[in-house]
Amino acid sequence: MIIGEQKPLEEIKELIGDARKVLVAGCGTCVAVCSAGGEREAQILASALRLAFQVDGNSREVTEATVQRQCEWEYIDPLAEQVAESDVVVSLACGIGVQTLVERFPEAWIVPGLNTTFLGMPQEQGIWVERCQACGQCILGVTAGICPIARCSKQLLNGPCGGSHDGKCEVNPDIECAWHLIYERLRKLGKLELMLRFQPAKDWSVSRDGGPRRIVREDLRVLPET
Amino acid sequence: MSDNGFEPQITAFMCIYCGYMAADTAGALRIPYPANVKLVKLPCTGKTDPRYILQAFEEGADGVYVVACPVGNCHHVRGNERGYARVQRTKKLLDAIGLGGERLEMFFMSGGQGQAFADAAKEMTERIRSLGPSPIKERVNELTG
Repeated sequence: MIIGEQKPLEEIKELIGDARKVLVAGCGTCVAVCSAGGEREAQILASALRLAFQVDGNSREVTEATVQRQCEWEYIDPLAEQVAESDVVVSLACGIGVQTLVERFPEAWIVPGLNTTFLGMPQEQGIWVERCQACGQCILGVTAGICPIARCSKQLLNGPCGGSHDGKCEVNPDIECAWHLIYERLRKLGKLELMLRFQPAKDWSVSRDGGPRRIVREDLRVLPET
Repeated sequence: MSDNGFEPQITAFMCIYCGYMAADTAGALRIPYPANVKLVKLPCTGKTDPRYILQAFEEGADGVYVVACPVGNCHHVRGNERGYARVQRTKKLLDAIGLGGERLEMFFMSGGQGQAFADAAKEMTERIRSLGPSPIKERVNELTG
C-alpha cells in the first residue's frame, strides 16, 4: 500500500494561508491503514487546526469529511458540495488522491496535508517499510521474492556490493542488505544457481525515466456512444 | 478560589479499574481534592485517543490528565503503556498547536492509592493555575466580552 506521513501542523497552516473555510478531506484506504490520513487522523487534524487558529486569535471554520478512496472519481463525487463551500481543501490522501480531487474539482484550491513517502507494508504495528518502487519491470521472480530495486540502497542487480557487512548495509546499520537476504533465501530453498544468472542492465524507460506512465486496456474501456 | 482568581477547569480521563477506583478510594477516605477536576471514564487508558483530549480543550478545558493503572499492572496488560505513548504524541501536538504540552499529563496509580489520586488532582490544578487559562478560553472571552 501507499505509505504517507502527515506534514507538520505549521506547514499545513502555511498552506491554508488566509482561507476562512477549511475542509480536511481524509481517505479511508492506504493512508488510513498507515494511520496518516484516515477518518481518525482527519478528525484529529481538524480539531488541532481549530485550536491552533483560535490560539492565534484568528478562528476559522474547519470541518472534515472522509471518503473510502480519494483516487477514484465515484468515491470523491459525494464531496462536491463540501468542496464547493470551502476556501481550501486539505487532502490527507496520498499525492494521487490530492490530484484526483484537483482534476475533479478544478475550481477548488486543494493542498496536501501528507508527504507521500513510499510503497510498502506494515512490518509490525507502528513500523512501515518500503517494498516496491513501481519500476515497471518486476524481477522478484529471480531474486527470491526480495526486491533489490526497493531494498538495496544502490539498486544493484547482480549481487551485493562491498558495503554489505554482517547482513547490514553500509548506508545505515538499520537497513538489511537486500542481496544478503536474497542469497540466504535462495540457499535455504536450494536455488542458489539463480545467483549466477546474469541480470542485464535494467530497462529504466518503463520506470520513471520514460516519463509519466499510462496503461490502456481497450477491453475494459467504455466504448464511446455512437 | 486561588489568589489570582483563576480556577482552572480540568478534565481527567481514567480507566475504570485503578484510576476510577483510586478516585473512589479518595472519596471513601475523605481525602479532599480540587472540585474543578471533571472525571471521564475509559474502559482502559489504552482507549486514550488524541481526539478525546483535543475535544476536551476545544470545549474549554484548561488542562487534561489521564490516570492509569501502574505500569506492569494494567488490567489489559499493556493498555496503559499504549495510552502513555499517545499522551506523549498528543503533548507534541499541543506544543505545535500553541496550547503547550504541559497542559496534558499522565499519572499511574493503583486502586488503593486515594492519596496519590488527590495529589495528582492538586498537582495538575496548581500547574494549570500557574500556566493561566487556556488561550482558547481567553479568546472566547474576548469575543463574547
